Amino acid sequence: MLEQIWAALASWTTLDSGLRYATPLIFAAMAGLIAERSGTVDIGLEGKMLAGAFAGAAAASVTGSILLGVLAAMLIGMLLSLVHGLATIKYKGDHVISGLAINFFASGMTITLGHAWFKRGGQTPTLGDGQRFTDITLPFAETLKNNVPIFGDFYADVLSGQTLLVYLSFVVVFLVWWMLFKTTFGLRLRAVGEEPSAVDSAGISVAGMRYKALILTGILCGVGGAYFSMAQNAQFGREMTAGAGYIALAAVITGKWRPWGTLAACLLFGVLTALEGRMAVVQGVPTQVFTALPYIITVILLAGFIGKSIAPKAIGKPYVKER
Amino acid sequence: MSAKLKNTELPWWMSVVLVPLTQLVLALFVSSLVVLMVGEDPIKALKVLITGAVGTNEGLSYTLYYTTNLIFTGLAVAIAFHAGLFNIGGEGQAYLGGLGVALVCLSFDSVLPLPILFILVILSSALFGALWAFLPGFLQAQRGAHVVVTTIMFNYIAAALMNYLIVYKIGSGQASNETRYFAEDAVMPKFYQLFDGFENSLFNPTIFLALFSAFAVWYLLWRTRLGYAIRVVGFNQKAATYAGIPVKRIVVITMMISGALAGLMAVNEVYSAQNRLILSFTGGIGFIGIAVALMGRNHPLGIIFAAFLFGALLQGGTELQFEMQNLSRELILVIQGLVIFFTAALDQLLRGPLERWYSYRVMLQNNKLMAEA
Repeated sequence: MLEQIWAALASWTTLDSGLRYATPLIFAAMAGLIAERSGTVDIGLEGKMLAGAFAGAAAASVTGSILLGVLAAMLIGMLLSLVHGLATIKYKGDHVISGLAINFFASGMTITLGHAWFKRGGQTPTLGDGQRFTDITLPFAETLKNNVPIFGDFYADVLSGQTLLVYLSFVVVFLVWWMLFKTTFGLRLRAVGEEPSAVDSAGISVAGMRYKALILTGILCGVGGAYFSMAQNAQFGREMTAGAGYIALAAVITGKWRPWGTLAACLLFGVLTALEGRMAVVQGVPTQVFTALPYIITVILLAGFIGKSIAPKAIGKPYVKER
Repeated sequence: MSAKLKNTELPWWMSVVLVPLTQLVLALFVSSLVVLMVGEDPIKALKVLITGAVGTNEGLSYTLYYTTNLIFTGLAVAIAFHAGLFNIGGEGQAYLGGLGVALVCLSFDSVLPLPILFILVILSSALFGALWAFLPGFLQAQRGAHVVVTTIMFNYIAAALMNYLIVYKIGSGQASNETRYFAEDAVMPKFYQLFDGFENSLFNPTIFLALFSAFAVWYLLWRTRLGYAIRVVGFNQKAATYAGIPVKRIVVITMMISGALAGLMAVNEVYSAQNRLILSFTGGIGFIGIAVALMGRNHPLGIIFAAFLFGALLQGGTELQFEMQNLSRELILVIQGLVIFFTAALDQLLRGPLERWYSYRVMLQNNKLMAEA
């Protein structure tokens, strides 16, 4: 049995689909990372992705344009993010509650609008080839596969043949890392999450920084959502994000609020999810074990068995100016 | 001469009646914009909702049946809140509670008399719910793993576990998605079977257990040492530690009580209403408990009212999709989200200005009193 698991785990196909599963997690986790680093807890990643998935597929099918679809997804993610900001920053509401409200709202809204607009029980029409992200074959994939033994297979079967968003997700990780740790903006963003009063006394608006962070969060969530309905599938289906937002949040925590660690956690969850599909062939182990596996591993990681992870100091606390 | 008033606190009727009601109206107003957006008449939708929920005897008894479920899950969320814990795992804990009910009934339904079985069912559902909440509580207390995320993960794990158990182990026949019916004389009779004049519905005497639980939670929180400890931990963990309260133990105990309350929901749903364990029987009731607790301001009495409100929404929402073709049942998720948003997350939107206005008025009055004296 172990041999079977090992064989499935080590196959290029598992890695290939693992990468596909990890992509939306990466977008959402980077979104969550930015929000949390600026001091806002964002459990609403899930809802924003779901709304993005719906907006993307709906706009792309109506307008026939990929670009407009993605823009719509970004816009809706941003709007919901700003609503979260209004509640948590301006009105000092509880971050978890506000995020949860957004999740409920998005969950109901996507189905309500889909039902009324498209009359397909909440689904959107199927997107044609020009309206969605299709697989891209990287140059020399064939040549390398035929001539180079291991790397060639990896290059052709895993790296090549993914959608644009898969490649983009890695670029986003790099950009987020660069933004957070190499720019003044990032320094300020991290500072409002740790010691907002210091930022305030430097004459920079704490609320302003947090709103800016949330705008980025919303945009990334939108793209992550669009991946579900415009790349992985060719239409929106109810509850299609299926908890990816929560897993992404867990990835941020296991990644200790750092981009590369978070990326690693996302990739791990992606591969574990891919394993579920591959494990139907393993005799004697019910498939439900593999369904539960990503969540079980998440709990184990959250319990800190990879070392303690420390949240940004001012996370979840409203900033009240001292007089 | 009237006494000098404190200018910091709103009078109770403003705080617990006026503000929540206005927030509810705001939530309904935004919901009606959504209804307009899909090209339906919001006034008509509201009428259908209300008529469907409380307009007929049948509607009302279904509303009360949903209310029963929601009192349990609402109390579960509320008690955890008092300890500063956000238990989003009511859904999974209630699901496991269902397993507790099913295991007792499938084993003993033809052996034990109803009263003993009933007590066993209550204990077993509470125990299974409590056990499912134990690990998140323990990990929070000992390892600092946030319950918000772990309880969500436990919901998914519960779904997989129950899926396996029902389909392969305790389901009836091959790959069934439910267990066999429990013996007819072993389950809780419904009200329409007990009394004439009740419409045929799933409404049953478990509502008394729910009301009793609400009382018990109130008593526990405000009349016992443990309840005091729970509230202190929720108010300020450091202060609790200095006061000699074992914070970690209180966190675990509170989570288990919370899980037990969520588990009790299965007494109504599995034991009394459906008379069998069905795949995914919880159907979001655990999540709605969060809205119920927030709307009810985490007070058992408020929760009973809020549970009725959301019970009415659930029942009315079912009617909505039959009556109006552009609306679906999921509209109630939208309303739910908005209610949570306006009553809890955006609480200060109304409360802030009201408090300022009130304290200004009190200040004026006190100044006048001082001038007179």
